[in-house]
Amino acid sequence: MVQNPILPGVKAAWPICLGYIPIGLAFGVLAQKAGMTWFQISLMSSIVFAGSSQFIAVSMLASGSGALAVIMTTFFVNLRHLLMSSSLATLLHNEHRGKLSVFAYGVTDESFAINYTRLLAGDWDLNRSLVLNHTANACWILSTVAGGFFGHLVPAHSLGIDYALIAMFICLLVFQFTSRLIVLTAMIAGMLSVALALWIPGNSYIVLASVIAASIGMGIGRLSPTFHAGKGD
Amino acid sequence: MVVFIIVAMGIVTYIPRWLPLFILTKYTLPGWFKEWLALIPASVLSALLLPALVTGGDARHLDIMRSELWVAVPTFVFALATKSLGGTVVVGMVLFWLSGKLI
Repeated sequence: MVQNPILPGVKAAWPICLGYIPIGLAFGVLAQKAGMTWFQISLMSSIVFAGSSQFIAVSMLASGSGALAVIMTTFFVNLRHLLMSSSLATLLHNEHRGKLSVFAYGVTDESFAINYTRLLAGDWDLNRSLVLNHTANACWILSTVAGGFFGHLVPAHSLGIDYALIAMFICLLVFQFTSRLIVLTAMIAGMLSVALALWIPGNSYIVLASVIAASIGMGIGRLSPTFHAGKGD
Repeated sequence: MVVFIIVAMGIVTYIPRWLPLFILTKYTLPGWFKEWLALIPASVLSALLLPALVTGGDARHLDIMRSELWVAVPTFVFALATKSLGGTVVVGMVLFWLSGKLI
């Protein structure tokens, strides 16, 4: 991997940016309505960089929630990154810890899915992952700040922008389908997640469903020769 | 105060992102744990996606008549056929926009 990582990293990031721009604009509008300045918006997008938790935090702040409640909620909403970083760690064995610490900051649902898929396929490395993360981050910061200034000019629900992230998740999930066991596990996770989402309030259903489904999947892989662990079809 | 909250949010978000990358990359993980972690990406993505398709409302309830779900079918087929992330995002948005026009 002697090639310059900038171009491939930026190229792989553009679909993420496409999804982030409408969501970022929407966030900027909401944050600005909640009384946040452009500086606070850019600060939050820079150092938190986690869309759903930012939406939740802003609406909590607007409704007068206390600091501790906002911080605790943020922690639990973003706890799923613990699972993502653990999966990424299996593909980044013995990499430089300083670089990994910078990389960790940019682990989001989207960047994780692309970096994981490509690292697994073997045409990717930590430098390209870093470029991808920071390109996505730059898009997120710019679009949230722009949303604070001009977001009100974009009509809500226009051009299918509400669907950008869902479509992205659909494709990112398809990227994961490399063995029958993984497809089966994903189906279990999806059904569990819906059941848990209906049953318990908040966002803990994501982590719960993922952990349970991966455990069931691992059990099936270990017990059944058809799904023998680690083997692709 | 807002700045303090933002910084604290940043710290509690960074730690779960950072800890596994800092620690786990230095150890050879047991086989079962690696097998388990290999199933995590698909599980997390599926767990994020499915409720967004079939549940709605402020008090979440099951709703399988949402256009989110029906638009997901052709979008999914397109993703399977092309493996193109950018294309899938565009197709999904256009179909969702059209479904809003038609209904």
